[in-house]
Amino acid sequence: MQRRNFLVAAGAAFLAGCSDIGKTEWFGKLVDGAQDWHRGLHRALGGGRITMAPEYTIADLSPFFRGNGSQTVDTPAYRAAEAQGFADWRLAISGLVENPGELSMDDIRALPQRTQITRHDCVEGWSAIGEWTGPQLSRILDAAVVKPEANFIVFHCADNLNGSQYYESCDMDDAFHPQTIIAHELNGEALPVRNGAPLRLRIERQLGYKHAKYLTGIEAVASLDDFGKGYGGYWEDRGYQWYAGI
Amino acid sequence: MGTMPRKRHALPTRIWHWVNALALIILFMSGLNISNGHRRLYWGDQGFAPAQAWLEVPRFPGWATIPDYYSLAAARDWHVLFSLVLGFSLLAFMIFAFANGHMKRDIFARAREWKPSNIWRDIREHLRFNFDHGAGKYNILQKISYASVILILIPLMIFTGMVMSPGMEAAWPWMTEIFGGRQSARSLHFLAAWGLFAFFVVHILLVIASGPIRQIRDMITGGKMEGNDDAAA
Repeated sequence: MQRRNFLVAAGAAFLAGCSDIGKTEWFGKLVDGAQDWHRGLHRALGGGRITMAPEYTIADLSPFFRGNGSQTVDTPAYRAAEAQGFADWRLAISGLVENPGELSMDDIRALPQRTQITRHDCVEGWSAIGEWTGPQLSRILDAAVVKPEANFIVFHCADNLNGSQYYESCDMDDAFHPQTIIAHELNGEALPVRNGAPLRLRIERQLGYKHAKYLTGIEAVASLDDFGKGYGGYWEDRGYQWYAGI
Repeated sequence: MGTMPRKRHALPTRIWHWVNALALIILFMSGLNISNGHRRLYWGDQGFAPAQAWLEVPRFPGWATIPDYYSLAAARDWHVLFSLVLGFSLLAFMIFAFANGHMKRDIFARAREWKPSNIWRDIREHLRFNFDHGAGKYNILQKISYASVILILIPLMIFTGMVMSPGMEAAWPWMTEIFGGRQSARSLHFLAAWGLFAFFVVHILLVIASGPIRQIRDMITGGKMEGNDDAAA
């Protein structure tokens, strides 16, 4: 009986220890290092080529593409835009670019389009397959001419989740990746509200929370410090990894 | 083997044993926390609805998870960190175990050991709690279980885990197809984890039944080669 009590106590101490270690600064640094190792391995094992997320066929489409996180934007402005079919929606291009400005929905549809059938993997564990259409982000960034001092692209969103503005960010490797698109269609139709109407990011080599919905602007920046809590995204500010390719 | 007395367990084996044990415990318990994030399993590439699931997984309580409260973000931190420890320590152990002959000498079974009469005898001896039998270091049941863990279950955990990383999948998309899709890999990851848990339970029980002090001490100090008592002088 005493031995059993000892084992239970040892187990509880181990668990409490792990929970405490998990909150320390050095553990956070260790995890950041591990994240870089994973990312380095993902790129190295790609053998120097541009690694591509698998693409599927129409037969593989999920019968229903669920929405998760924000399912809509609860503001009068968004309701008004939705009532007009998002005809006047604008995507602002700002920050460290030579040609800042705004793109209308017609501007976005007039750019060369990429259609890709890809799998969306939520950090929770589920997956869904959808067909996404929109211009490659690289086209938009090339037209805007990103300045050399820019290290990241920040994605600004209309939605507010649990009282905070949603936002995301990625590095230039993913920003200029061929499968990174600003999608305005899902399965051949205008993007549904639950999936981020009228514009959402598709960044196919990373998990779902990176795929920012309800896009209002993209901003080229040198550092992520000035956004949210400085970790580069809504979920990143809440402890999730910035590199969501793991 | 030179002038050094032969130890029961070589140094690389001992280091790997304890590093691997720690990594597996942390990965298993943080994995249970991650499982709580979406408690359904599917086959194929996709799945999120109850109708698509082949298994509804129970919610694992806080005393079984790392951290000891539900946090997908914190559990993933532990998982992402110790997945590297698991993978690279197994790789290092494999290199040593093949190079120093441990794998061939102690883990791989000879043809005669596979005879049903030998396996049957070994089962009977285990049921009598007699563990000191058989010609080599390990008997056939031990060889089967150690080889299953080292060569099948842990590699299966590593590779299905890699398939579930979208950044890794983009580098090696063929691996997803080998496992029949991402959700199949996720299901296999879950099943193999419980396979390792089953090994863990039996392993601990047999260590307790076969002289736990000596077993644990030898896995720390290396111990003495059996039947070679004067070699340690």
